[in-house]
Amino acid sequence: MLDDFFLRALIGGIGVALLAGPLGCFVVWRRMAYLGDSLAHGALLGVALGLALGIDFTLGIIAVCVALVAMLLLLQRQRRLAGDTLLVILAHGALSLGLVAVSFVHGARLDLMAYLFGDILAVSHADLIWIYAGGVVILIVIAFIWRPLLAITVHEELARAEGARVTLVSIIFMLLIALSVALAMKVVGVLLIASLLVIPAAAARRLAHTPEQMAVLASVAGCLAVAGGLFGSLEWDTPSGPSIVVAALLVFLLSLAVAGPAALLRRYLIQARHKPIEMP
Amino acid sequence: MVEVEGLGLRYGGRQVLSGVTLRISAGEIVSLIGPNGAGKSSLIRAVLGLTPYQEGRITTAPGLVIGYMPQRLVIDSVLPLTVQRFLRMAAKVGRGEIRTVLEEVGVPHLRNSQVQEISGGEFQRVLLARALLREPDLLVLDEPAQQVDFQGQIGMFELIERLRQARGCGVLVVSHDLHMVMRATDRVLCLNGHICCSGAPEAVSAHPEYVALFGPRAAESVALYHHHHRHDHDLAGEVLPQNTPSEPPAGA
Repeated sequence: MLDDFFLRALIGGIGVALLAGPLGCFVVWRRMAYLGDSLAHGALLGVALGLALGIDFTLGIIAVCVALVAMLLLLQRQRRLAGDTLLVILAHGALSLGLVAVSFVHGARLDLMAYLFGDILAVSHADLIWIYAGGVVILIVIAFIWRPLLAITVHEELARAEGARVTLVSIIFMLLIALSVALAMKVVGVLLIASLLVIPAAAARRLAHTPEQMAVLASVAGCLAVAGGLFGSLEWDTPSGPSIVVAALLVFLLSLAVAGPAALLRRYLIQARHKPIEMP
Repeated sequence: MVEVEGLGLRYGGRQVLSGVTLRISAGEIVSLIGPNGAGKSSLIRAVLGLTPYQEGRITTAPGLVIGYMPQRLVIDSVLPLTVQRFLRMAAKVGRGEIRTVLEEVGVPHLRNSQVQEISGGEFQRVLLARALLREPDLLVLDEPAQQVDFQGQIGMFELIERLRQARGCGVLVVSHDLHMVMRATDRVLCLNGHICCSGAPEAVSAHPEYVALFGPRAAESVALYHHHHRHDHDLAGEVLPQNTPSEPPAGA
């Protein structure tokens, strides 16, 4: 039968995938694919912070991600430098600071590879509680702001004219991303986090007809990727984090292959519904 | 419904608007015309509360609902979105209401289409439908017939006129197209940083400031239009004006 650690990995991974579905869709729709990446890079500073202060790594990561988002929002106000430039400055600055800071912490034995590529097989009960408790909170908040967030994503000014609280909703959304990056780090690691946000959402795009469908399908695609990647890594003894991303890639390719026939089927069904049956 | 008094607006150190005073009453169609950079969009954005202003004040009737139709709206094809879903963003409405409003703007067949797959003219009508779903007292339309062919423009302005009659809402419309503005409007405001002139279409088109701003050709085109307008009425409003002048323009 399956080992305990493997089950924990599966449960943790699926929790992150469920979370990454809707958030990843917004990341893709709002063209913020680099945000997840940048926050993840910065998260290493959080790990160093955790080491130095002797606090939980997850707390350190959340603190650094929130700080990065706050700085990004402040820097965006000056409108001299574009968002992607700011992201690189902040993310790589924080990553390098993190790497330097880790070397200062004496006697610290930090498995850097575990953070870069994740160590899903080492997911503990405490991690699972973090992932699920945090995940539920994040999903509730996103359900709460779904309507205005979607309206802002389509057209910010129109949403504002219709009464949406643009600034507040944008800040909440960025914080949600920061929080989920902190939670997802264990599963795929710093380098691959963005792929878990972006690839399932991309796979869901061609099969979805509405934003809500795309969010659900992205979660499903993410779960498939996690399960596929984990079983694959068990079978062929491959590193688990990258295996999950490879599985996500396969799901994406599969979605491309399925999308054409699915569209044809949809068209056929619609026609069948509307066309009167011809009698000879 | 809306009163603007002595509005002054600076953007990045540049004075965009100064001393703008205007008033929109219920059921009135007011057109805002002016050259590029005249501050037309800034003015309506200020009325909508989307941009801060430095001088003057804007007062709206309490509880006034404004339906806004922005100038350009490009929806990225990465977002799967049907017309119906797009319309449900404006207000909490049911399928029946969506069907009715699409009927009203003349595109009932598009309900389940993806917004990226319909034409520019159709999308303008869907945008108008979204503004209408809020049951507005005032419609603010920023270049509603942009990127639409001549027939489409006429159709759009006729639709606006019909909506005003059916719903009794006021309309503030920004337009470049002088023909169209003069066609269906009660009052014209000619803007170029300040209000150059305002009044009924005939009065404005004869105003020296208007002529200075748009050139003598513009006044002619309005005169030309008037010919079409009479023609239009003679045939019970069903026949659309053609853009082939049968008479030389007045004053030519």
